[in-house]
Amino acid sequence: MLSIELEHVTKVYRRQGTRRQFATLKSALLTGSLVRHLRPHETFHALNDVSLKVLKGASYGVLGRNGSGKSTLLKLVAGITKPTGGIVRVNGRVSALIELGAGFHPEISGRENVFINGVMLGLSRREIGKRFDEIVEFAELEDFIEAPVKTYSSGMYMRLGFAVAIHVNPDILLVDEVLAVGDESFSLKCLDKFAEFKRRGKTILLVTHGLSMIERFCDEAVWLEGGQNLAIGDPKRVVQTYLADIEQAEDKHLATEDAKAQRDPLIEVGKPAAAGPATKNAVTSGPEESREIETETVDDEAIPTNMFAAKEGRWGSGSIQIEKVTLEGDKGPAHVFHTGGPMKIRMRINAVRPVDDFAFGISIFSSDGVCCYGTNTDIEEMQAGSCEGDGEVVFAIDRLDLVEGTYKLDVAVHKRDGFSYDYHRLLYTFRVKSRTKDVGVYRPIHSWYFTDNIRFKQSDNGSDD
Amino acid sequence: MLSNLRQLFRYRGLIQILVMRELKARYRGSVLGFFWSFVNPLLLLLVYTLVFTVIIPRGELLDLEPYAVFLFCGLLPWTWFSSSLSDGANVLIINGNLIKKVMFPAEILPVVAVVSNLIHFLFGLPILIAFLVFYAVPLQPSELIWFPLVLLVQFILTLGLAMMLAALTVHFRDIKDLLANLLTLWFFATPIIYPMSALPEAGKVLMDFNPFAHLAISYQEILFYEGPFGHWKWLLALTIAGLVMFLLGYGLFDRLRDSFAEEV
Repeated sequence: MLSIELEHVTKVYRRQGTRRQFATLKSALLTGSLVRHLRPHETFHALNDVSLKVLKGASYGVLGRNGSGKSTLLKLVAGITKPTGGIVRVNGRVSALIELGAGFHPEISGRENVFINGVMLGLSRREIGKRFDEIVEFAELEDFIEAPVKTYSSGMYMRLGFAVAIHVNPDILLVDEVLAVGDESFSLKCLDKFAEFKRRGKTILLVTHGLSMIERFCDEAVWLEGGQNLAIGDPKRVVQTYLADIEQAEDKHLATEDAKAQRDPLIEVGKPAAAGPATKNAVTSGPEESREIETETVDDEAIPTNMFAAKEGRWGSGSIQIEKVTLEGDKGPAHVFHTGGPMKIRMRINAVRPVDDFAFGISIFSSDGVCCYGTNTDIEEMQAGSCEGDGEVVFAIDRLDLVEGTYKLDVAVHKRDGFSYDYHRLLYTFRVKSRTKDVGVYRPIHSWYFTDNIRFKQSDNGSDD
Repeated sequence: MLSNLRQLFRYRGLIQILVMRELKARYRGSVLGFFWSFVNPLLLLLVYTLVFTVIIPRGELLDLEPYAVFLFCGLLPWTWFSSSLSDGANVLIINGNLIKKVMFPAEILPVVAVVSNLIHFLFGLPILIAFLVFYAVPLQPSELIWFPLVLLVQFILTLGLAMMLAALTVHFRDIKDLLANLLTLWFFATPIIYPMSALPEAGKVLMDFNPFAHLAISYQEILFYEGPFGHWKWLLALTIAGLVMFLLGYGLFDRLRDSFAEEV
């Protein structure tokens, strides 16, 4: 038996901001539709020909980026708005956890608000009276229930709203990203409540960004993107497809960022003669070694005086130039990598005249500015011979054992004493993804060993290393 | 539309609880609390009486004694009417959260606006009665039976207008500001502070088209003027006009209903 059925549902909204209220009003009055008389550029499709079926008792996950139409879908099922085209069928009493405590009046007490909210959600006053204690207990608000809700913290407010909505005893529960409210223990309680609903054969339509929740909890899922459903069916598969797409988009985004960075012109600094004493091993230096940069007699004040306070940028004399930097994964150029996977930093360089004093270096920083790793050819005791014309430098990492996060990259070529030929400061960004949510910076390759009396349940989310 | 109208009746529990909420929230945090429902009309009356007997003394000129009672007969229902309309025009926008986020029958919101102002009106009645008793104004029971009908006609008319305004204000926020000024004009264009007899002939003809003038005159004839209730023909005509107004207002509201969640 179907609980919710959407057949080719389309929802068109008016683009606000075009000042055509008369047109909207006229078309609403004449045709009952707000958008029929609007020109195409004045409307947008929040949902476009979406069909889905939710079986009674099923838990159905809806995922997608912000603005993909998830909430519109819930609103249509809840009956808050009507579809522009197509049919929405819903069998059973719906309770929508879309905005918790939407009907609360700030001036009156929690107790009175529970009653009012309950009536709004379709209970009779007697029914609420019976469940009142349970609601208050669930919301953990025994001490504050007589206070006006304007004195509540936002968490308390949400908890009360959630408690009322969940005690309406609906056949269909619509949940829109509400688990973000409340603390850890309350979230767990909500999950328990959902599980209880599921056991009792209620239908749940769940919109969430918590992908693991969809994988664990839902029987089926749909991925919406730009109002269209891109994948539907088994939650694990849908989540995987979605994640792959996210990665691709991130990659594209980082690629454009990089393209922007690569266009940065090289800031010419002091002619070789003016080169003063500079840091040794500037690329890998700690803060205490960084101050000397300012002693360089440079004629361009755009050069950061303290390289650790420095933002992204590019400077150097240009004797050797890094013309292009490419990050590569196992399948060619990439910006998103996986913990434990390979990464190559490929630099195309050019030296107009032969140079015999040089060192190439790289440095990886986490998003909060911690240097995760840095090295250069000089530190690794490679004696510079000569460098001339076009060339390529590849820094290959077999296993990128960084934990999940966004990282920035410095690449540089400089004299052994630190004088920069071409310094690219934090110009390149890459993301590291991991199925394991471990913390820190670095993931050593590791194993756990246990004696026989310590057992773990079979789990499918073990380390993927 | 008719089935929707029937729904309106089904929601009476919700209307009731929302009216209670409105009344409770109104005076929450004030020292006098619910007493304001009595004090407010009293103070309003004092102000007008002061203005029109001391500052601009014309009550005696027009042979309206006691002026306070005459004034109150029109002022009290006018307050109900005008507050209902200005609340009604805002009610969908103020409760936008309910309309956008919850399955909520929007039409009960203007009803709540009109009903909670009706309650305030009813709270003002004891003060009016006290004045009638104090000034020993003679009341005829045969006239008083008209009172509930006048009330009902005013209710239906006000509700129709409130629904219309509520629905239109969602699309045009200008109505809020327009309405405030329009109501001031309407107040002075209605025989509330002056009697109908003070008007020139042309004004009287114009007054026939002012629905609230008929209501005010009805209240005045029933409670203030001596002699039989002579305005009943007009009242019956107004009943029909009120019903038409209500159906129009409700029809418009119903037609625009689906737009609220998107435009609020």
